[in-house]
Amino acid sequence: MNYFPDEVIEHVFDFVTSHKDRNAISLVCKSWYKIERYSRQRVFIGNCYATNPERLLRRFPCLKSLTLKGKPHFADFNLVPHEWGGFVQPWIEALARSRVGLEELRLKRMVVTDESLELLSRSFVNFKSLVLVSCEGFTTDGLASIAANCRHLRDLDLQENEIEDHRGQWLSCFPDTCTTLVTLNFACLEGETNLVALERLVARSPNLKSLKLNRAVPLDALARLMACAPQIVDLGVGSYENDPDSESYLKLKAAIKKCTSLRSLSGFLEAAPHCLSAFHPICHNLTSLNLSYAAEIHGSHLIKLIQHCKKLQRLWILDSIGDKGLEVVASTCKELQELRVFPSDLLGGGNTAVTEEGLVAISAGCPKLHSILYFCQQMTNAALVTVAKNCPNFIRFRLCILEPNKPDHVTSQPLDEGFGAIVKACKSLRRLSLSGLLTDQVFLYIGMYANQLEMLSIAFAGDTDKGMLYVLNGCKKMKKLEIRDSPFGDTALLADVSKYETMRSLWMSSCEVTLSGCKRLAEKAPWLNVEIINESDNNRMEQNGHEGRQKVDKLYLYRTVVGTRMDAPPFVWIL
Amino acid sequence: MSTEEELQSNVSVASSSPTSNCISRSTVGGLKEHNYLGLSDCSSSVGSSTLSGLADDDKATISLKATELTLGLPGSQSPARDTDLNLMTPVKLDEKPFFPLLPSKDEICSSSQKNNASGNKRGFSDTMDQFAEAKSSVYTEKNWMFPEVAATQSVTKKDVPQSTPKGHSSTTNNSSSPPAAKAQIVGWPPVRSYRKNTLATTCKNSDEVDGRPGAGALFVKVSMDGAPYLRKVDLRSYTNYGELSSALEKMFTTFTLGQCGSNGAAGKDMLSETKLKDLLNGKDYVLTYEDKDGDWMLVGDVPWEMFIDVCKKLKIMKGCDAIGLAAAPRAVEKSKMRA
Repeated sequence: MNYFPDEVIEHVFDFVTSHKDRNAISLVCKSWYKIERYSRQRVFIGNCYATNPERLLRRFPCLKSLTLKGKPHFADFNLVPHEWGGFVQPWIEALARSRVGLEELRLKRMVVTDESLELLSRSFVNFKSLVLVSCEGFTTDGLASIAANCRHLRDLDLQENEIEDHRGQWLSCFPDTCTTLVTLNFACLEGETNLVALERLVARSPNLKSLKLNRAVPLDALARLMACAPQIVDLGVGSYENDPDSESYLKLKAAIKKCTSLRSLSGFLEAAPHCLSAFHPICHNLTSLNLSYAAEIHGSHLIKLIQHCKKLQRLWILDSIGDKGLEVVASTCKELQELRVFPSDLLGGGNTAVTEEGLVAISAGCPKLHSILYFCQQMTNAALVTVAKNCPNFIRFRLCILEPNKPDHVTSQPLDEGFGAIVKACKSLRRLSLSGLLTDQVFLYIGMYANQLEMLSIAFAGDTDKGMLYVLNGCKKMKKLEIRDSPFGDTALLADVSKYETMRSLWMSSCEVTLSGCKRLAEKAPWLNVEIINESDNNRMEQNGHEGRQKVDKLYLYRTVVGTRMDAPPFVWIL
Repeated sequence: MSTEEELQSNVSVASSSPTSNCISRSTVGGLKEHNYLGLSDCSSSVGSSTLSGLADDDKATISLKATELTLGLPGSQSPARDTDLNLMTPVKLDEKPFFPLLPSKDEICSSSQKNNASGNKRGFSDTMDQFAEAKSSVYTEKNWMFPEVAATQSVTKKDVPQSTPKGHSSTTNNSSSPPAAKAQIVGWPPVRSYRKNTLATTCKNSDEVDGRPGAGALFVKVSMDGAPYLRKVDLRSYTNYGELSSALEKMFTTFTLGQCGSNGAAGKDMLSETKLKDLLNGKDYVLTYEDKDGDWMLVGDVPWEMFIDVCKKLKIMKGCDAIGLAAAPRAVEKSKMRA
């Protein structure tokens, strides 16, 4: 290979797109490292504090697309204070200064400000694609700058962000000359939408493939939008309330029939279930259906809709579907690959929920299933063993039994054997979330069998440090380990410090780890940032005479090549 | 009653009258508990909150409408009131003061008990509702010894009158039920706040969702002057101002205690309490909220249901900062406009 000129090698590298593979290539030799870095266009940084913008730009001067992730995963569940960090501003500033030809920016769990968005919109002439997932800190004013200044904008994809809606006219900030939109997703905006501006925008975007509307877009507007975008592939319906006999509804039905390219449907935040039948004609084409926010659709309407969706590959649903509903899914959706069942009633109303029976039915009926997120009330070892036998191809298996520490409801045993069966059978398992009553035994199984496991989420599980040790010693590919409310302490934390160099991050909250343990770790591993997030003032811990034995509320550690971050707020103590 | 006068001067409600009418009950610990009028007895006071509190004896003259000038917070103790204002949740007699920000003696004791039980971990146990002590101690306690856990679990569940079949969530939609054991674990079940809020808005907007009114969560940010970071609370997990205040008290107590170098362990409590008294002497906090129009209002002037409908953010301000907020008249105006 080294006898070829660089251009040829570079051309070969163009076919290698996965980040893992590109990273591997760059390690082969100096020459390949050099060729690879100049030709890398898409860069993925899983932890924005593992490196900094300067190093990024030094290594990859030709980058066009950057993906950054900020806060740790448990920030999704309110375990990380808002001011913790993850600011995108320094990245955008550095990229702007360097005049790199940025075209795409994808951010997850980061703090984005209007200032950042404005700078972004003005600094990169060819900027095409902005994808923000679970971010916060900005308003619709920031969106207005993006709309106004990005001449070639292709994608504006806002997924589950907390955006302060100033009820402004951001949609009308798209100039009339903007005709390049392919993706427009503003489902997470809470405020009013300028429907006229929206309709005009959709009408002049012939390439629009993905349109996800917010709650404020009513059914008659939807009908008009679909009529001028029959090429739509991915649709997020906002408000779907209407009278089934009204003119708008009839127009909608006609428009839907023309959308023969529609493959993905979501939204239905407000829905009149009896109007769902308007979608039945195109259901047979659907590969993705997300009704996990459609709290008002259940029972027979839901079942009827699903029965038409024979080609479904991805289904996100609320547990109001019930075990019976899941049985319908199992018998209808033979192509199903990914299923997520979310809890509909978080306040203990005791409504219909799903149990282990639904899960078993799905595993039996859907042989192609490889990803599952399942919130349920109860589980048994027997069910999990059956699921493992039916579906040995799981890549992601996330089970959340709503009540912490709940045992097998038939035998009252811990669920060690059930999860053990899963990890033993599913040799490609990359992500696992545990729940229910679990002892150290389950971790023994995980350490023994889960060879490909990259991400593990543990809550209220285990007995002793041995549990955590089994995992750290056994799972060679572990990248992200997050633990809460489990009895793992300093012994496990300190047993193999070099392990953390192979991992992206470790989160431990409400465990038995002490301050002195963390300090020792920080001493042994200067290439780690060991962050302590304390509910109370950090000074308290210092002054306290029993400092060493003080338990740490939240520990977050991650490997980094750039040392301590400078933007940590006062309640984050970096050892 | 010098403390009272001090407090009164910070209350910016039009018709407050310096009064010594506070209904107080003795607790086991010998401290006097106080109601929502926010006027604490100086002998036990370790700092008190001020809210738009007015004297009890004025209540009789106030009309029945819930949005009229109310005396104290909705739900504060008054015989006449209870019968008239059926929007209000009747409040337990031994309800804690609205926002002293410093726990009374027995709260310190109880929280330290919880701490000991949970191995000196302060964080999440603080967010547990005080009513849930029985249930919550099981969950905060690290039940590392399995078989015992299984046993304890089942025992506790039986004891709890309103154990929710669907896992570990709190709150009730029927605010008339007595504060049953509701334990809230922060961040459990692991569902994004965005999802919880979105589902909640949907349920709120729909007329009937299988007869469950207002299910779903409603997270709002709570910030406090001087606290290092803000928190989020789920307004729907409380059924009245009392529960909200207790929860906030717990959450933000750690900041004030922190300043004193206390670690909450039982032995040091006596000392820290006096230190705290000194520290907070003259300091008082009020709870304010930002409503849908972006205005900052004092909490407590509108009925609870209306409050959670309009509240966008909460802020615990120093009383002196909050003087400009003329709560009652504005709140009444606004609520009338909305009604």
